[in-house]
Amino acid sequence: MTKTLKYLALAIGAVVFAYPFVWMIAGSLKPEMEIPNLSLWSSNFSLTSYAHVFERIPISRAFLNSMFVSCSITALVVVLSSMVGYALAKLNFFGKEALYLLIMFTMMIPFQITLIPQYVLMVKLQWTDTYLALIVPSMMSGLGIILFRQSFRGIPDALIDAARMDGCSEFTILFRLIWPLSKPVILTVAILTFMASWNDVLWPLIVIRDRSLMTMPQLVTIFVTGGEAESQLGSLLAAATLLALPVILAYSFFQRYFIESMASTGIKG
Amino acid sequence: MSLTKKRTAYLLVLPYVVYFVAFVGYPLCFSLILMFHRWDIVTPMEWVGLKNFIRLAADRLFFKSIGNTLIFLLIHIPLQIAVALGLALLLNSRIWFRGFFRAVFFMPVVVSGVVVTILWQQMYAYDNGVFNGILSAVGVPRVPWLVDPGVAMSSIALMATWKNVGIYIVLFLVGLQNIPRELYESAEIDGATSARQFFHVTFPLLNPTIIAIVVLSTIGGFSLFIEPYVMTGGGPMQSTLSAMLYIYNQAFYFNHMGYAATLGFVFALIILGVVVLQRKFIETEPT
Repeated sequence: MTKTLKYLALAIGAVVFAYPFVWMIAGSLKPEMEIPNLSLWSSNFSLTSYAHVFERIPISRAFLNSMFVSCSITALVVVLSSMVGYALAKLNFFGKEALYLLIMFTMMIPFQITLIPQYVLMVKLQWTDTYLALIVPSMMSGLGIILFRQSFRGIPDALIDAARMDGCSEFTILFRLIWPLSKPVILTVAILTFMASWNDVLWPLIVIRDRSLMTMPQLVTIFVTGGEAESQLGSLLAAATLLALPVILAYSFFQRYFIESMASTGIKG
Repeated sequence: MSLTKKRTAYLLVLPYVVYFVAFVGYPLCFSLILMFHRWDIVTPMEWVGLKNFIRLAADRLFFKSIGNTLIFLLIHIPLQIAVALGLALLLNSRIWFRGFFRAVFFMPVVVSGVVVTILWQQMYAYDNGVFNGILSAVGVPRVPWLVDPGVAMSSIALMATWKNVGIYIVLFLVGLQNIPRELYESAEIDGATSARQFFHVTFPLLNPTIIAIVVLSTIGGFSLFIEPYVMTGGGPMQSTLSAMLYIYNQAFYFNHMGYAATLGFVFALIILGVVVLQRKFIETEPT
């Protein structure tokens, strides 16, 4: 009996969490009049709303922008943070403790304090309305460094010393020896970074005004708030579906890694 | 350690040092200067001394936006802990399809806040939204989800809970699995009911998880921006104007860079203060 109740509660929960997404996809295909009702089926499914979105905003360009920006940031963060993480975990140098404290301190600063001056910096460098403004300020991650450091500390020193004996440079050791041994932490940092940059809206809204450079969530935000959707529910839902689809697809293939990455840090996507 | 190895160490950390100076150190120092200036980013900066702080002290709307953000947190955090703990306890027992349920509850976490906001805005619609449709079908009067200033922030908090609860379910699951089984066994021998076991074993031992969740969702909640930006624009009657949205408007709508920097600085101090207080308060609670 209690077993049945448990399953009932979980099933209701699953409906509450999944239904809105299914309703969104169904709504994006339904004619305007039928969207408000709860049903997920209509005999009049069509792609009209999608046509409207593609006509009004450069959404495919925005998708490519987002892809380019998020992939660049992810690659930079993984390479650069693992370099620092390796130095902190396995090398001795003057100022190591100070550097570690500095990174911890940086992670504790609320971003609200640096947001405005960072924007001013972008203006001064004339980076606004360029990919640089979207990529460079995110190319390093304190959290990434800490995660790499923790993981690399578990690798035996003997292994690294043996490689040094063979004449390997520290860079070769990091990228040829340590990286292949550290796939889980690389995946964790990559997923966290990619999710965070893909879903970020505030920073693109601040530094990008040119529509052809906008990221996907930013363009959809502008579409919704700027009146271009002309309050057509179907177009709004179609734009939202286009924005959600890549992430939902990636998530359905790699959900275990998504969940474990975020659980290991408790950081929001 | 050889000299070349040391040099390589510096080479490895050099990118971080450059990055820190340019994107953390410089902005931090510059914000300290900016706070004492009036600046519209186009004309030259003008020194105004403490005027920005005096203006802030009398800025009703800023304090209202802080208050709004606190209201959001006060609804969002307890709701989130209750829902997350409930679902985590259900998932922690021996059940079928556990991975499936976990994946479904986690789905809104990975999707952009913009998607969630568009979706819920439609569902919250007064006349033809899904929620009011269900309510009127069962004979309950419609709720003015986003149009009543007294309700709108709660509606946003409810939506944020739906979006983020997946992370906290997973964190609670980790916490629950770290509780040694023997504790439950000995409690059972002592004849403790499952309710007593929950309040005397499970709940106290989840204290570190709860602290982590409170701190994380406080920091996350203080950056509440895109939800009111898309959904309500801060209305009705500024009831959903979050502090972050107010700062954004000051900086990028009115071009008050100096004043926005001041607001950002004071807001950051408030955030740090609240987080420190929370830690003290929750950690000293008798367990």
